[in-house]
Amino acid sequence: METFLDEVNKRINGVPLQACYHCRKCTAGCPGAPYMEYNPNKVIKMIQNGQKDKVLSSSTIWLCMSCETCITRCPNNVDIARMMDVLRQMAIEEGVAAKEANVLKFHEAFLSSIKFGGRVHEMLMTVHYKLKSGDLFGDVDIAPSLFLKGKLSFLPPRTKDLKSVKSIFEKTQN
Amino acid sequence: MKVSYYPGCSLHGMGKEYDESMKAVSQALNIELKEIDDWSCCGASAAHNTNFELSVALPARNLIAAEKDAMDVMVPCAACFNRFKTAEHNLKSNKDLKARIEGVLGAKYQGGISIRNPIDVIYNEIGLEALAAKVVKPMTGLKPVSYYGCLLLRPPEVCQFENYENPFMLDKIMSAIGADVKNWSYKTDCCGGSLSVSKTPIVTQLCDKLMKAAREADANCVAVACPMCMANLEMRPSRNMKMPVFYFTELISLAMGLPGSKDTFKSHLIDPQPLLNQLRLI
Repeated sequence: METFLDEVNKRINGVPLQACYHCRKCTAGCPGAPYMEYNPNKVIKMIQNGQKDKVLSSSTIWLCMSCETCITRCPNNVDIARMMDVLRQMAIEEGVAAKEANVLKFHEAFLSSIKFGGRVHEMLMTVHYKLKSGDLFGDVDIAPSLFLKGKLSFLPPRTKDLKSVKSIFEKTQN
Repeated sequence: MKVSYYPGCSLHGMGKEYDESMKAVSQALNIELKEIDDWSCCGASAAHNTNFELSVALPARNLIAAEKDAMDVMVPCAACFNRFKTAEHNLKSNKDLKARIEGVLGAKYQGGISIRNPIDVIYNEIGLEALAAKVVKPMTGLKPVSYYGCLLLRPPEVCQFENYENPFMLDKIMSAIGADVKNWSYKTDCCGGSLSVSKTPIVTQLCDKLMKAAREADANCVAVACPMCMANLEMRPSRNMKMPVFYFTELISLAMGLPGSKDTFKSHLIDPQPLLNQLRLI
């Protein structure tokens, strides 16, 4: 039977996580580590221990900012940033509730905006996110000046061949 | 030289100052830009966080569109640049994936064009001497720190950026236009990127740390090459920590005295005009 470790390694499709010798260089350089439930190197250990539920339901995977400092500095080339992508994707596919729900809601709003126009319309995307997250008042102080300075347009940008973009979404759906 | 140009969504929205100054500077440096026909979003963080194949297919659609023009593609937005380079890396190193993505797009990916960022193009193709020769108004008194952020540099194997742990190209470009660029240890630290809206307090802490370090380095502004860094550094630091932030192309444009070079300062969220006035640069 395929273990959690096998599954993650297969999807990373690079250096296996067993190459990690816990020097903690990834954690030392991680800007998100102070806010995470488990440090990046601890996540590797937990995957080896088969703690799938704990890992996929942790805040860590959603607080990773994909700055890629970990993979840059890992002496064994363990692609921890890619591992975090894989874990988020597994959590979504397996219907595990995101511990940092708003992070995922923001990504969903962003992708909806691409599906809608082929390009992201920052205003519509933000409104969509606010409705999804219930965070109605964040940044309301900034919004008026964004309009006045012409940074937010009312007209959504469009890719003409929108069908080709929509078809990418359909064909890559899990 | 002539290149394909991928502005991406930000440069037509929040990051319009980058697009405008990039176009002005390119024209003045004889870099002809041909916008990719009917481009679409690269997918950004949202795609690679949630769906691997989508995160490759979205940039691949644009890469294939750019290949029709058979020129290198210049991508000013660091986030788009990173997604393009990552897609290229995956497509070139994984044949099965390439076949699947080509199936999704109904088109072949050749992989014959290079993906470039403007720091690299200006430094390596135009050169510092040629740039300095076009300066009519040296940026005397301006003390920027160069902030490269994450996505131009990492992972190094993918981005192929010169000296990725202590990059220097942007610093040298700033010196070439007469700015007194300050050295600091935070050139490549993260601003919080895509958590800006969903986890704002974390991003505020990261941006405050950057701004504090910039002050300690005796800087009076920050030069960036990424619309996400720009938005975070302008919006997220605590009120007393803020200082003017520029796209590096805005400063080149001002130093070259290009028409319209002062216009982009008006839409900044932290008004840089008092600083530039005080230094008699505008």
